[in-house]
Amino acid sequence: MSDRLTVLKTYKLYVGGKFPRSESGRVYEVTDSKDKWLANAPLSSRKDARDAVVAARKAFGAWSGATAYNRGQVLYRVAEMLEGRKSQFVHEVTHAEGLSKSKAADVVEAAIDRWVWYAGWTDKIAQIVGGANPVAGPFFNLSTPEPTGVVTVVAPQESSFLGLVSVIAPVIATGNTAVVIASEKSPLPALSLGEVLATSDLPGGVVNILTGRTREIAVPLASHQDVNAIDLTGADADLARDLEIAAADNLKRVLRPQPVDGTAADWSADPGTHRLTAFLEMKTVWHPTGTLGASGSAY
Amino acid sequence: MASASAPAPAPAPAPAFEYAPAPESRSVVDIAPSYGLFIDGEFTDAADGKVFKTISPSTEEVLSEVARAGAEDVDRAVKAARRAFEKWSALPGSERAKYLFRIARIIQERSRELAVLETLDNGKPIKETRDADLPLVAAHFFYYAGWADKLDHAGYGANPRPLGVAGQVIPWNFPLLMLAWKIAPALATGNTVVLKPAETTPLSALFFADICRQAGLPKGVVNIIPGYGEAGAALVEHPDVNKVAFTGSTAVGKAIARQVAGTHKKVTLELGGKGANIVFDDAPIDQAVEGIVTGIFFNQGQVCCAGSRLLVQESIQDELLESLKRRLSTLRLGDPLDKNTDIGAINSAEQLARITALADTGEAEGAERWSAPCDLPSSGYWFAPTLFTGVTQAHTVARDEIFGPVLSVLSFRTPDEAVAKANNTQYGLSAGIWTEKGSRILAVANKLRAGVIWANTFNKFDPTSPFGGYKESGYGREGGRHGLEAYLDV
Repeated sequence: MSDRLTVLKTYKLYVGGKFPRSESGRVYEVTDSKDKWLANAPLSSRKDARDAVVAARKAFGAWSGATAYNRGQVLYRVAEMLEGRKSQFVHEVTHAEGLSKSKAADVVEAAIDRWVWYAGWTDKIAQIVGGANPVAGPFFNLSTPEPTGVVTVVAPQESSFLGLVSVIAPVIATGNTAVVIASEKSPLPALSLGEVLATSDLPGGVVNILTGRTREIAVPLASHQDVNAIDLTGADADLARDLEIAAADNLKRVLRPQPVDGTAADWSADPGTHRLTAFLEMKTVWHPTGTLGASGSAY
Repeated sequence: MASASAPAPAPAPAPAFEYAPAPESRSVVDIAPSYGLFIDGEFTDAADGKVFKTISPSTEEVLSEVARAGAEDVDRAVKAARRAFEKWSALPGSERAKYLFRIARIIQERSRELAVLETLDNGKPIKETRDADLPLVAAHFFYYAGWADKLDHAGYGANPRPLGVAGQVIPWNFPLLMLAWKIAPALATGNTVVLKPAETTPLSALFFADICRQAGLPKGVVNIIPGYGEAGAALVEHPDVNKVAFTGSTAVGKAIARQVAGTHKKVTLELGGKGANIVFDDAPIDQAVEGIVTGIFFNQGQVCCAGSRLLVQESIQDELLESLKRRLSTLRLGDPLDKNTDIGAINSAEQLARITALADTGEAEGAERWSAPCDLPSSGYWFAPTLFTGVTQAHTVARDEIFGPVLSVLSFRTPDEAVAKANNTQYGLSAGIWTEKGSRILAVANKLRAGVIWANTFNKFDPTSPFGGYKESGYGREGGRHGLEAYLDV
């Protein structure tokens, strides 16, 4: 190794496809598992949260209207881009979570594969949860899932990357857009993920990443009238309860932390489909099948 | 040489303007002078050293010389697939998925090359290979890639198992697309395959073998054995094949059904059709005309689900036919590599002879023949877009699958009559309905005995959407969640 002084990265938020600093001008100190300084991360304000909702809402129309095939390809592109930047994320996860390098590599590889898993779900979830209903009458009746809208995601506090990916990918796979609150203690992998998303054909605003004090950002988002759902995964029991109460005001769809006491989830387990279905609305269309004869002949 | 002469075409309106040639460059594809069989990850000669030539049907130019598989080669390929099966089926689904995603992406990257290759070997317009075949091929692999690690969710119970070695025989009308329909679901579910492409279009399957190499697919998982009918029969008959998938003629389909009788082989058959395209009096005429043209002249009508019978409500018949003839007169027939070409070459001399004979029968039986006025190139295999009016249900052209650019026009008065006529066929693959009335679409669709119904559109395909026929159009479905069943032990 040379004596060369490294260039440090200024970590910035990812909102509306751009990389702004916090409008508040605040940062906070991020340290590794041994309390060694790693970087300063933006300390997002309520205004940053509101701006992120505006960006997410703006992106919702085009993203939810894109074909499922198109969304699948974009999610797969994220996996391709991450594979190429694997060493950077192994490095960041090693510092953020205090893991050995090989353990961190396992985590990053699992996160890449998780994007592939959800890429494959975009054009299949409707075939699993939707379908034709055999109503007792002369009607065509079809149920189709649709994304609920803008989803606030309180990302896991401990699993700063695999957990993060595991909560973002299912939200956007079905056509929702997301405002993500990164792990408060280990926000750097999330901010770097924003740089990957920005170069993966993902339209700006589909994923917006905020860092800072979880409660300070989550409370205004939970009560925001233009947010349709909230994933409480990274909230502790007290915060989760407060957020759920606030969310009731416009009946946001709520995904409670599993389990509710906030014990670390096993992010390497089979993710199943519950994170996909939590943020879907089911739309059922009725249409008469009619009779064949022009003059009322009942065929 | 074998171009069919269009009999007394009606005087045509002069084309509005001439087009300059706009040929797609051939240089994107590098065709080797000879190809072997692809068995166990290697290109190899046939055991008996036999070869055959594949030609470009638009020019009769020899494109390459290809090894011709015999029974011994089929056995070698099945053994290789069997050896590969244990490891391939034991891989986690997520790993199989990533192989298939790789294949999908490489096909996307090489799609222009493959489109030009397919157009050269098959004769269909570059517009179709570029905008329909290749995008669908890549999408099919992409879709089934995603299923490989989600089979528990597919509705076939927990941990559904693959069947083993799949023997697959595909036709020449959509060579690479039919390969995708066969190989993608087979690999996703953990089977290994031996695939026989058609003798007139082996090249894209051999290029696919190279894509398997680039994707790092384990050897033996995919084996490609170009050859004739005897190789297909040997594959179907092979005692170590667990699954037979065939797309082609109803006659061969029935022979396969007899061949596998008394075995445990699972079979899917995607066979012929005589699709009815039903146009009601409230249909928007211009859209219907476009749909009729797409329905029967896409891929020179060499499509099993073609809308080869036009059923038009009597009150609008004259108006519709006038529009249709005007539209057909504007179709551009010629060099398949030209980007403005609508109608390419017929795939082979044999197929051209079959189309010609059936059209002659139509005339002899008293139907009125009309062909779009167009000059046919002096070499290659060509047939002008043709329609028959005054056709009754008894006419051969209304009953037999022609598999060419020939449309038979019948009329009806009531919806009941339309349904009765549409269903009056041994086949049941596809149908079209043109009307502004939603309830009529659904009422008619309910009564049609066909596997795919298009309403106010035609010839739409998507990897998520199951495809297959009723009656003698075959059994089983390809595509969608339903397409998995054919390759699972369920």
